[in-house]
Formats: sequence, C-alpha cells, structure tokens
Amino acid sequence: MSDILVDFSHTSFAYGKQRILKGIDLQVRKGQLVAIMGGSGSGKTTLLRMIGGQLLPDDGHVHVAGMNTSSLDEAGLYELRGKLGMLFQFGALFTDISVYDNVAFPLRERTTLPESMIRDLVLMKLHAVGLRGAANLMPQELSGGMARRVALARAIALDPAIMLYDEPFTGLDPISLATIATLIRELNDALGTASIVVTHDVTESLSLVDYVYFLADGSIIASGTPEEVRASAHPFVQQFINGRPDGPLPFHKPAPPYLEQLGLEAGHA
Amino acid sequence: MKRGTIDFWVGLFAIAGFAALMFLALKVSTLSSLPAAQTYTLTANFENIGGLKVRAPVKSAGVVVGRVDAIELDTERYVARVTLAMDQRYRFSRDSSAEILTSGLLGEQYIGVTTGADDVQLKSGDTFKITSSALVLEQLISRFLFSKAAGDDTATPEK
Amino acid sequence: MPDQFRRFCQWLGAPLTDRLIKLGFACRFLLAILRHSAVTLTRPRLLLREIWFAGVLSVLIISVSGLFVGMVLALQGYDTLQRFGASSSLGILVALSLVRELGPVVGALLFASRAGSAITAEIGLMKTTEQLAAMEMMAVNPLARVIAPKFWGGIISMPLLAAMFSAMGIFGGYLIGVQLLGLDEGSFWSQMQGAVDFRLDVVNGIIKSVFFGIAIALIAVFEGYDAPPTAEGVSTATTRTVVTSALVILALDFILTAFMFRGV
Repeated sequence: MSDILVDFSHTSFAYGKQRILKGIDLQVRKGQLVAIMGGSGSGKTTLLRMIGGQLLPDDGHVHVAGMNTSSLDEAGLYELRGKLGMLFQFGALFTDISVYDNVAFPLRERTTLPESMIRDLVLMKLHAVGLRGAANLMPQELSGGMARRVALARAIALDPAIMLYDEPFTGLDPISLATIATLIRELNDALGTASIVVTHDVTESLSLVDYVYFLADGSIIASGTPEEVRASAHPFVQQFINGRPDGPLPFHKPAPPYLEQLGLEAGHA
Repeated sequence: MKRGTIDFWVGLFAIAGFAALMFLALKVSTLSSLPAAQTYTLTANFENIGGLKVRAPVKSAGVVVGRVDAIELDTERYVARVTLAMDQRYRFSRDSSAEILTSGLLGEQYIGVTTGADDVQLKSGDTFKITSSALVLEQLISRFLFSKAAGDDTATPEK
Repeated sequence: MPDQFRRFCQWLGAPLTDRLIKLGFACRFLLAILRHSAVTLTRPRLLLREIWFAGVLSVLIISVSGLFVGMVLALQGYDTLQRFGASSSLGILVALSLVRELGPVVGALLFASRAGSAITAEIGLMKTTEQLAAMEMMAVNPLARVIAPKFWGGIISMPLLAAMFSAMGIFGGYLIGVQLLGLDEGSFWSQMQGAVDFRLDVVNGIIKSVFFGIAIALIAVFEGYDAPPTAEGVSTATTRTVVTSALVILALDFILTAFMFRGV
C-alpha cells in the first residue's frame, strides 16, 4: 500500500440535476495535514461524506486506504469507517450519556476490550485533549470549545489512520480556536494520520496545514502549500484570503437590472 | 438516569403491566367457552328461536351447564336446529325437555333444560325430544287480541 | 382542455405520489429495522432503556387518564342504565367498553402523543446534531443501535400500558358505581365476570393494542429518521407523528374490530 491514504480521481457527484462536485482530483498522504477551503455551498461537506462512503461518486473514483468506496458492500464500508475518525462541526456528542461514556462509545461498540482497559484508554484520550477532569460531566455542561475537544478525543479513540475535520473552528472564541488548532496539528504529527480539515477560516488554517485546496463551485481552482497560496495571483484566492466582498465570486446574486426592477428606467414612468 | 434505576423502574413497569393483565383475566372476565375436550354435543329443534344467539348459555335449574354452539335452519322441516356444547360433568335423561327462556323482561335469551324421569341418559349427538319455542311478543299479543275479538268466553290467553 | 386536464392530474397526482413514495420508504425502513434487530435481542440493556423511555414515563398519564375515563363511563352509564332499571349491569358496560375499545384505542392515542412524539423528537434531534452521522462514521449502524431498540421498546410497552389503562378504568368504574352510587359490590363484579369473555374480549383487546404498538412505533421512528435536520423539521415531524398515529390507530381499530367481532 502506498502512503496515499485518500485519493480522489476525476470524481463527480450530483444531487439529482444539481452538480455538486465536478471532476475533483485530490490526494492526501500519510502524515499530511490538508485543508480544503471554499465558500459555503461549494461542496466541501459532500467531499467529506464521500470519504466515509456515505455518498458514492457518480463518476470517477474515491480510494480510501487503498479501497475503492464504490466497490464496497455495507460490511466493507463499516470496516472502512473503522479506520476513519471524524470531528463534526459542533462535536455531535451523544447528549444522553456522559463525557466518559461518549469517549468509551466507539471502544465499547467496536472492540471487545475489558472495561478496565477501556477505562485506561478513555482517560488517556481525554488527557490528550486536556479534559480528564471533565469525564463525569454531561455534554450540555460543556462549553462549545470543550465539547469539540471531547468529540476529538472520541474521534481518536480507535487510533484512526485518517482524520476528517468538518469546520472545526466555527463558532469558537479565539482561545478555544487556538487550542483546537494546536491539538489538530499535534495529533496529526503524533499519530501519523492523514488529516483533512474542511474550513473557511483562512488565517488559522494557513498557519496550520501542509497543503491547501481551494474549492469553488464544485471544482478545485487552486492548490499549493500555504506559502504558494499566499503568493498566488489567482483572483479567487486573493478574494478569499483577503476576504473582499466582491470579486470573481460576485456580491450580487444574478438579478434583473436594478433600475428596471424599481421601475425607474426611462420609458416606464 | 443510572442504569440500576432504569432497570428498577422497568422491572416495576413489567410487574404492573402483568398485574393489570392478570386482573383483567381473573377478576374481570371468565373463560366462558369450555375447552372442546370437556364437552359433548346435543341438538334440539325449535319452531322458533326468537332472539337466541350463538354462545348463549344453557342452564338447568339456573346453573350454566353448556353453551349454544351453532344455530342453523333445517331445510327439510323448516325448524331451527340448535347445537349445544354441554359440560361433560352434567348428564340428562332421555326424556329431558329444552325450552328457550328469557332472563328478565328484556334480558338475553337462554336455553333451559328440565330433566325427565327416564333411566337412559342422552349421549353425545342425541336430540332433545321435547322442546318449546321462544316466546315471541307479537304472537302473544295477536293471540290475546284474537281471543278478545272472538268473544268474552275466554279469560286470559294461555302461554 | 388537455392542458387543463393535465394540470388537474398533476394537482391530484403530486400529493398522491408523494404519499406513495413515503409509504414505500416506510415499508423499506421497516424491513431494514427488522434486519438490524438482532442487536436489540443480544443487548437487552439498550431495550430496557427504551422501555423505560417509552413505557415507564407513560405510566402516569395512562393510569390517571384510565381512572378518569372509567369514572366518567360509570357516571354516564349509570344515568342511562337506571332508566331501564338495569343499573346493576353497570360493571358490564364499563368493563366491556374499556377492554374492547377504550383501553386499546385511548391508551394508544395517549401513548402516541406521550411516547411517540418523544421518540420522534429524540431521533430527529440526534439527526439534527449529527449524532446519527457521527455514529455512522464510527462504524456503528444507527439503525441497529438507536432505531431498532426504540421500535421494539415501543411495541413491548404498548400492550402493557393498554392493560393498565383498562384495569385503572374498571377500578374507576368500581369507585363510582359501588362506592359512590351504592351498587352492590358482589353483583357488580359477578355480572362483569359473567359477561366479559376472556378470549373474545380481553385477548382481542390485547391483540389490538399490539397492532397499535407496531403502528405507533414505526411511525415515530420513521418520522424522526426522515425529519429534515433543522429545528423546524423536527417540530413538524413530531406533530406529524401524533396526527398520523391518531389516524392510523382509528383506521386500524375499525378494520380489526370488523374482523374480530363480526357476527357476535
């Protein structure tokens, strides 16, 4: 097996007539931390769901850990997902069980380890995210940043080969944000996983990741290391990085001419 | 909610549920239809069964001794043939009579069995020789009116 | 004209095909639940939690409602029966109405609004907050881990609750009839016992409630699973669970009653 863990080749996907992804080419290697950036609705989350095999490509292939997701049956997909860890946007903790039970959940469901060993593993993972002291709290007693760290501990419980992060920085205060960012980097380097961060937080990700893909309107329009991206003259990349409201992505949604719609154009009055 | 607490309440719930079922089974209802093995069959022909229904009780001296099993019309003699499932424990002599009675003025109709004097008993499949039909109110009234119209020589109509 | 006709067909057909698609999906969903029910049997703890959630938490509303329904039945029934001098048959009236109809049907309606809506809301919320997706990504099938236990928990709870409703109702009838209106206690019970048949009345009532339990549990988990992952979607789904359950219960009740008590 090569060290390319996630491999999209000419992958397309459509919901009905609406084409979400158009001919994506994307590779992530072992130990690499990759960011996928793009505006809302550019197909980022769809991309993540395709890695987990929750969506299958209409055209092209998605290879994850050397397996073609389209050729797997349900059992195969579940086996594949055993190698994945995913941090959801708002953590997606199970609200009816405690922090400890949340982190223990994948261990109890997927392994036959004795409870004493599960306890050690859970405390270890919680310690890694600095929340061993919160083990007995319920998810609703946690702040947003803490909930996401617990979710991170849960995602790495089974030592995944590939980590996926869906908007990990959304809605966090600067301190929590920096904590999560550091954790993502450290866990990636310590566990040697291939990590994909889907985000639109430019400054944080550029200082964090090894490689960046820009996704717009279902296609990858630019990619490179953070240095290359910063130096890029590509108008979309410039608009995105500098956060200008108007540019290749127009501020206005296509509409009939303003004056005409207001009835002010000559000939109407 | 702790696991032990959940277990406790679910256990209590199960007990309460089954207690309710037992209450319905033992206190509220009875197993009226006797098991097939403990019954024998008798038939009785009636000119008119009135409002008799399947599953109506068969009583002797007021004690339930069986149930009406089936009711059909005998198309040769045009009488109602009523099949009775009788309790194995109760036997009646061959010259017993069966009549259709009503409990109370508006109550349900049942079959009353009065035993005879014969030594030979009715076997499964036998037929009651002596029967008397249901009391039909309309017939009773019209008979009463006719006898009135015919003259004053009769006092009260007989049953 | 053909254009108008086509529009009429579309107006008529679109909601109809939508419903049919949904019904087909629900059937497929039921099969998927049954296929993934093995986990529920091998891990009774999951099932216990759902029986607690659906059953135990409904006991209070079911028994209190049952008690009141029985008491009202007794008051109303007494008023009518005594005009015919048949007030001693009050026990029969109360018991038969409860065991045959009110216990299963009203019990099921209450169960749908108490437990059915809660099941829908819980599943819908788990979907909205991506808990189901997270489970899937952890290679745990939510159908087996979440949906199937809730489904079976609902089915198991329903007949027990219906029996409790009937029992409480009869007790309520006893309180009013014997304690308040002064009917003879012995004849109240013995007349009831004489007229209520175990197999025909009690067992058929239980069979009804089992069917209602299946219908409510399926509707509740389906609506939750099918809910759009938004706050509005979950609230609409919860309402739909109650409304659909009520309609299905009453329709099923008619069909089952027609089968059970035909010609008796």
